[in-house]
Amino acid sequence: MFLKAQLFAGLMAVTLPFVAAPVPAQASNEVKIGVVLTYSGGAAQFGEQIDRGMALYMETNPEAFGGHSVTLIKRDSKRPGGDIAKNAVQELITEEDVDILAGFVFSPNAMASAPLATQGEVPMIIMNAGTAWIPSLSPYIARVSFTMWHAGYPLGQYAANTLGCQTAAVGYTDYPPGKDSRNAFQTGFESAGGSLIDDIPMGGPREVPDFTPFFQRVKDAAPDCFYVFVPAGNHATAVIKTFASLGMADAGIRLIGPGDITQDTKLQDMGDDAVGLITMHHYAADYQNPENQAFVAAWKAAYGEDSTPDFMAVGGWDGMAAIASAIVAQDGDVTAEGTMAALRGWEFDSPRGHIMIDPETRDIVMDSNVHEVVRRDDGRLGIDVLATVPQVADPCKALAIGRCGE
Amino acid sequence: MANRASPGDPVVFLRDRTRWQWPEALPWILAVAIFFLQPITLNLGVQILITIIFALSLDLILGYGGVVTLGHAAYFGTGAYATGMLSAHLGWNEPISGLLAGASAAGIVGFVTGWVLLRYHGLALLMLTLALGIMMSEFANVTEAWTGGFDGLSGISIDPIFGIFENDLWRRNYYWYSLIVLFLVFLACRRIVHSAFGRSLVGIRENTQRMRAIGSPVHLRLVTIYTISAFMAGTAGALYAQVNAYVTLDVLSFARSGTVLIVLVLGGTGRLYGAFIGAFLYILIEDELAKEYPAYWELGLGFILVLAALFFRTGILGALESATGLFRRRAP
Repeated sequence: MFLKAQLFAGLMAVTLPFVAAPVPAQASNEVKIGVVLTYSGGAAQFGEQIDRGMALYMETNPEAFGGHSVTLIKRDSKRPGGDIAKNAVQELITEEDVDILAGFVFSPNAMASAPLATQGEVPMIIMNAGTAWIPSLSPYIARVSFTMWHAGYPLGQYAANTLGCQTAAVGYTDYPPGKDSRNAFQTGFESAGGSLIDDIPMGGPREVPDFTPFFQRVKDAAPDCFYVFVPAGNHATAVIKTFASLGMADAGIRLIGPGDITQDTKLQDMGDDAVGLITMHHYAADYQNPENQAFVAAWKAAYGEDSTPDFMAVGGWDGMAAIASAIVAQDGDVTAEGTMAALRGWEFDSPRGHIMIDPETRDIVMDSNVHEVVRRDDGRLGIDVLATVPQVADPCKALAIGRCGE
Repeated sequence: MANRASPGDPVVFLRDRTRWQWPEALPWILAVAIFFLQPITLNLGVQILITIIFALSLDLILGYGGVVTLGHAAYFGTGAYATGMLSAHLGWNEPISGLLAGASAAGIVGFVTGWVLLRYHGLALLMLTLALGIMMSEFANVTEAWTGGFDGLSGISIDPIFGIFENDLWRRNYYWYSLIVLFLVFLACRRIVHSAFGRSLVGIRENTQRMRAIGSPVHLRLVTIYTISAFMAGTAGALYAQVNAYVTLDVLSFARSGTVLIVLVLGGTGRLYGAFIGAFLYILIEDELAKEYPAYWELGLGFILVLAALFFRTGILGALESATGLFRRRAP
């Protein structure tokens, strides 16, 4: 029945453009938020996590909005191509007259939309897109998610200083976030005295490649540490399996990487091969702080016991919290300048721990944690925090590397 | 005019087909009405206009030349990247010359690739066009220093047209700009398909062997129309780059090649106006569904396309034609 209703409604929608009604005048103190996420295709799982994170914050914290009503207008950015997201943003600004833009899973979508945020003077809250220099593209951008450098750079230092790795090899998926992450690790690792002995691009982000030849080359080179960046999703499972099947751990090589390879939603699929894996990240559903326990409990109550939030969901949750705080700070009379003023220096106790938006760079400042994958007593895989690097501001901008220095 | 030809004369035949009929004014009246009444946003209108140009270019080779391709986005993308890179790297921001430069780049690529591709036909040609599209996309990915790779080519800034009409947020000026470009492209297409050259293409489509037997230079004819088609696809791509001021690998994607094929088949091939109807309906439906159901819109779109494929085998225009005989002068 549900499907039938959907199809019928879909057919009805086809006829709508021909009878499109004029947009009615808006009531005061209604805040309109344009949400641009990937709702369809292979990346829909990311959009769904962020969408649910936002919805959950609004349901569990209705008082945080100070009595002002918030309307979400959702648009599908479909692919990482940039153009569809940009068109969506354009219409959200010109037709829907939104006060704030939010979302953005893929970096190209955020980059393509940035000039519109400037031209239309609409604040833009980035909830995922992690290319380091995005906030420099417009004074109206603030980011609550992460950059590749939040994990890669401190992990490079941790590998050299604590894990005792003198040499390392890097394997990365050959697209901008992969290169970004690779550079972050190299910079951190070499600054702590390590040396990089091999550097392997491992195919594109669309299909999961056969990792065996890449990993065999690393095994022959025999570094102390092997840093792998692959996109969150199905790549990670293949990495773990290949690493185990080649017996690389027995050869004395330690597999490390950013937390994308131990994404909460994929962790249980990885099995025993993942146990002992060391990653660096800003969130895992296993965190024991009270904010996260409440968050995960609310998530499971809303979306089912088998469902688990991951770092993207936290991006949505924190982004909504930031928006709520900006609305209250302006008492519902939302302007671009007022919102950006409220966001600069905004602090929050997130499920991932204490976070802040840097008043200078408008980028996130947060803890980066060293994760170890462990087997829990109930048989599930879990994540323990071994160490914390407190309040990391994006090292790429701090060190002014490449485009981050512009 | 001085020599009045007999009714069976081929000149009369061709001239009859070239004469304008009143229904042909409808799309243009509608396009102007959309600007003033705005039942849809002009931004969406511009997307429709660009897609029409792209679908028209495909109609020339598919509908008239009979060349089935899954890699037409290669020329759209070449036009988009050429115009984009001229602006981003060389500061060539003048829109009209930029448009022509992008189209010419695509035309050159079309000539070179067409010369090789069109020696094949059937499944081999289909596979080769598919491979061409993938190769172009990977080439743009590898030459990241020029194209911006996966992150896209930013830094495009197009000057106002004639120094007056800038690309405003509502797309008022670019709507007219796109409409005029479409009109010029359409005039060219119409002239081509109703010429003796156009008739020889239909001959090649219907029976290549016989055309060879009567001495028609088949390969040359096909390469010529393929180059023209690539030029027009490049025009659409260049326009796209100017409107969005941003180009990513998406312009070269297989999805774009596939979509334009769907658009044209939906509207009806070998009729020119099929591109208008297909693009208009496809983009409107996609936009409305995606707005109403951000997560499930593809289900509805797929359902409608299945229905169209089942009941309108010759496209919407083909069905209209058999229903009313309105557009009598279709390409046989």
